[in-house]
Amino acid sequence: MIHMNAPPAVELRHITKRFGSKVVANDHVDLEIRRGEILSLLGENGSGKTTLMNMLAGIYFPDEGEILIDGEPVTIASPADAFSFGIGMIHQHFKLVDVFTAAENVTLGMHEEGYDLKAVAARIREICDKYGFVIDPQKKVYDMSVSEKQTVEIIKVLYRGADILILDEPTAVLTPQETDRLFSVMRNMKADNKAMIIITHKLHEVMDVSDRVAVLRKGKYIGDVRTKDTNPQKLTDMMVGHAVTLNIDRPLPVDPTPRLEVKNLTVFDALGVKRLDNVSFTANGGEILGIAGIAGSGQKELLEAIAGLQPIQPGASIVFHGLKGDVASEELVGKTPLQIKRAGVHLAFVPEDRLGMGLVGSMGMTDNMLLRSYRSGRGFFADRKTPKKLAEEVKEKLEVVTPSITFPVRRLSGGNVQKVLVGREIAQNPSVLMTAYAVRGLDINTSYTIYNLLTEQKQKNVAVIYVGEDLDVLLELCDRILVLCGGQVSGIVDGRTTTKEEVGILMTRFRKEGAAV
Amino acid sequence: MKEHKSGHEPLLRIVKRDGISRGKAYAIRIAAVLISLLVSGIFIFAVTKLNPAAVYQAMFDGAFGTKRRVWVTIRDTMMLLCIAVGLAPAFKMRFWNIGAEGQVLIGGILTAGIMRAMGNTMSTPLLLIVMACASLICGAVWGMIPGAFKAIWNTNETLFTLMMNYVAIQLTSYCVALWENPFGSNTVGVINQKTQAGWFPALFGQTYGLNVLLVLLLAVGMYVYLKYSKQGFEIAVVGDSENTARYAGISVKWVTIRTMAISGAICGFAGFIAVAGASHTISTSTAGGRGFTAIIVAWLAQFNTFVMILISLLLVFLQKGAIQIASQFNLNDYASDVITGIILFFILGSEFFINYRLVGHGKEGEGK
Repeated sequence: MIHMNAPPAVELRHITKRFGSKVVANDHVDLEIRRGEILSLLGENGSGKTTLMNMLAGIYFPDEGEILIDGEPVTIASPADAFSFGIGMIHQHFKLVDVFTAAENVTLGMHEEGYDLKAVAARIREICDKYGFVIDPQKKVYDMSVSEKQTVEIIKVLYRGADILILDEPTAVLTPQETDRLFSVMRNMKADNKAMIIITHKLHEVMDVSDRVAVLRKGKYIGDVRTKDTNPQKLTDMMVGHAVTLNIDRPLPVDPTPRLEVKNLTVFDALGVKRLDNVSFTANGGEILGIAGIAGSGQKELLEAIAGLQPIQPGASIVFHGLKGDVASEELVGKTPLQIKRAGVHLAFVPEDRLGMGLVGSMGMTDNMLLRSYRSGRGFFADRKTPKKLAEEVKEKLEVVTPSITFPVRRLSGGNVQKVLVGREIAQNPSVLMTAYAVRGLDINTSYTIYNLLTEQKQKNVAVIYVGEDLDVLLELCDRILVLCGGQVSGIVDGRTTTKEEVGILMTRFRKEGAAV
Repeated sequence: MKEHKSGHEPLLRIVKRDGISRGKAYAIRIAAVLISLLVSGIFIFAVTKLNPAAVYQAMFDGAFGTKRRVWVTIRDTMMLLCIAVGLAPAFKMRFWNIGAEGQVLIGGILTAGIMRAMGNTMSTPLLLIVMACASLICGAVWGMIPGAFKAIWNTNETLFTLMMNYVAIQLTSYCVALWENPFGSNTVGVINQKTQAGWFPALFGQTYGLNVLLVLLLAVGMYVYLKYSKQGFEIAVVGDSENTARYAGISVKWVTIRTMAISGAICGFAGFIAVAGASHTISTSTAGGRGFTAIIVAWLAQFNTFVMILISLLLVFLQKGAIQIASQFNLNDYASDVITGIILFFILGSEFFINYRLVGHGKEGEGK
């Protein structure tokens, strides 16, 4: 590399950031970012990656430590400061104006002389050609797919002359094919001597795209390694701090019998947009049925429709078959969640929106356990003794970190919130267990705990429906995988024999290139 | 190389506290009250050149100077408390019921109407029960109307309940005109002045004893209802997240309507107390803005009905004191409003310091 002797693009020295007096998000972190290099920042959720990057982007201000750009100490007190040093961050959640075109979004907030959209469009094309992006500057954001929106975000920071780029989980919303395209763009930018930091949880992506990996654990800097000198197992051990087995035990389903038969399910959302289009499938007891698809392909609506939370178009049927001697077959369409419960159908549901649907954020663990059982017992008053016991059990079994079981769950970390929710749902002894993104935000250890819990449920002859985003996990965990694309079932494949490529193609099967997702 | 300019480091940063001991929180609140008294003292002296201590003394006299004043203060406190207790379940459900004013008036109209019409037909205890039931039911209906509209058609409850106030005020004006006594006075006058039929009897030898008893019972009942009952739990869940409520099989519509019925009923009951237990007449000012003041009470108390007792007392004290200093020192009414404003500002502002603290530039972020 030509700049071997030049100072690193960014050097962080002893950076510390606290939230309140108890939470230390970053504890004396040292980090170097070099030009012409892609650095992966790796760490479990809550290890302080995003906080650290936010300090570089001017969103937070460090409590201690210093930042050096090209060897000179600087103060970054606002995003405008960050820009003046050539630092641009592409956030997980896009910050674009929907009714504006790509070009308008790119110039938004720039204080240039004159306002010439044609010149802007020309420069955008220039940037696209240089790095291999494909985007139409005149296209409105609301017409764009997720990956196009992301492209606009990246162009936005390049347009402002950023040469230090931070990408916060850019691949979470992309299909495998789109991810490959993003990585090739990143390699082009690397060749142009830009410094890049990518935050991702997917180890195979780390191995694929980065030159160097820096690991954070619980806010502390653990170390960095060259990507070519390491492997996923070593990286996981660094992240977690001890050796972890990355294998999911997948026993063959024992005597699977149909538990839930879904036929011709069509759902429109409140705005009249078709979210599910004639979906039919069967979920068997004793089996994990995976549901794959790009975010927003109808996963949420599918689970909510089964749970009685979505108005369903006429002509559909969802039939529940109980165990022999238990409940007879029961039609779920047209029933409210309470009616489904009263019919004796034990439906456990871990929704995607944990605090907005699964839990009550302002309440503690006890009251959140009460949510499922408060009707039990006669009389006017709610029984809090049983939920309290359950809360203590869940806290112990899943190692929930909380000051007390009455502490508002909203103030727990994402992983702990999820543990509370999953713990409560499994405790119901369900006969159908539906989970949406059950491990999102969980660290590797807890993720595997959850996988094992799901497999345990499957062995208890529960029909498990697992909506997931990580294809590697879907392929390792599920017996069958249903792929959704634009609200339609684009295929149901065998989890043991299918490949990532096959699922990836099914995920985009019905999608017109460039259409809104 | 790029030119490196250094940005400004922020002078003060706001840091969220992660919990504060109860004692410390109250210390902050008491400090806020003391500072507010100091600031209003400066204001009093700067504007009127009066001795602030004398003014505070006068305020105290206004609220507690004589036995009668003490009881009037207690009566008004109970009235305010009763409405705030009525608002508590609606607000806990995040249903912005600002229609208490109208719900109180409806209860008041019914009470006054029954008192006039049936004063001679039944004994006072029976009459009181009939009037209480009527005001509860009509208050409930008055509350259920916006509740049902919100539940079924998702109308905006803030506007709806506010508009219902004006309907209630017009209804009251109509009744006042209808029941005018003596003719031409444009008031209803004191109803049943001679027979005192339908008036609250003295309890424990105190004119307002029954007011205190009824309202405190309601306050305790509401506390238990919200905290321990199944319905109270449903209200809390709906208030936090309607989606979670639906997920748990709670009928959001039904809970919304039911809770507004309870809220309206208690506010209607407050109208009953106002007429049968205090003024023995009805006018458009029977509610007297308390329906709005009670919102402040409910919020400041974080819907804890026991804390509401203290807050109601404080607000009534400030109001009585303000009237006293206005007349005693010949001050404009606005001067006393300013003092009330300063005190409330500091009390509300102290909540910021209970949730956050400021860290100066260069200091360690420890602060323990």
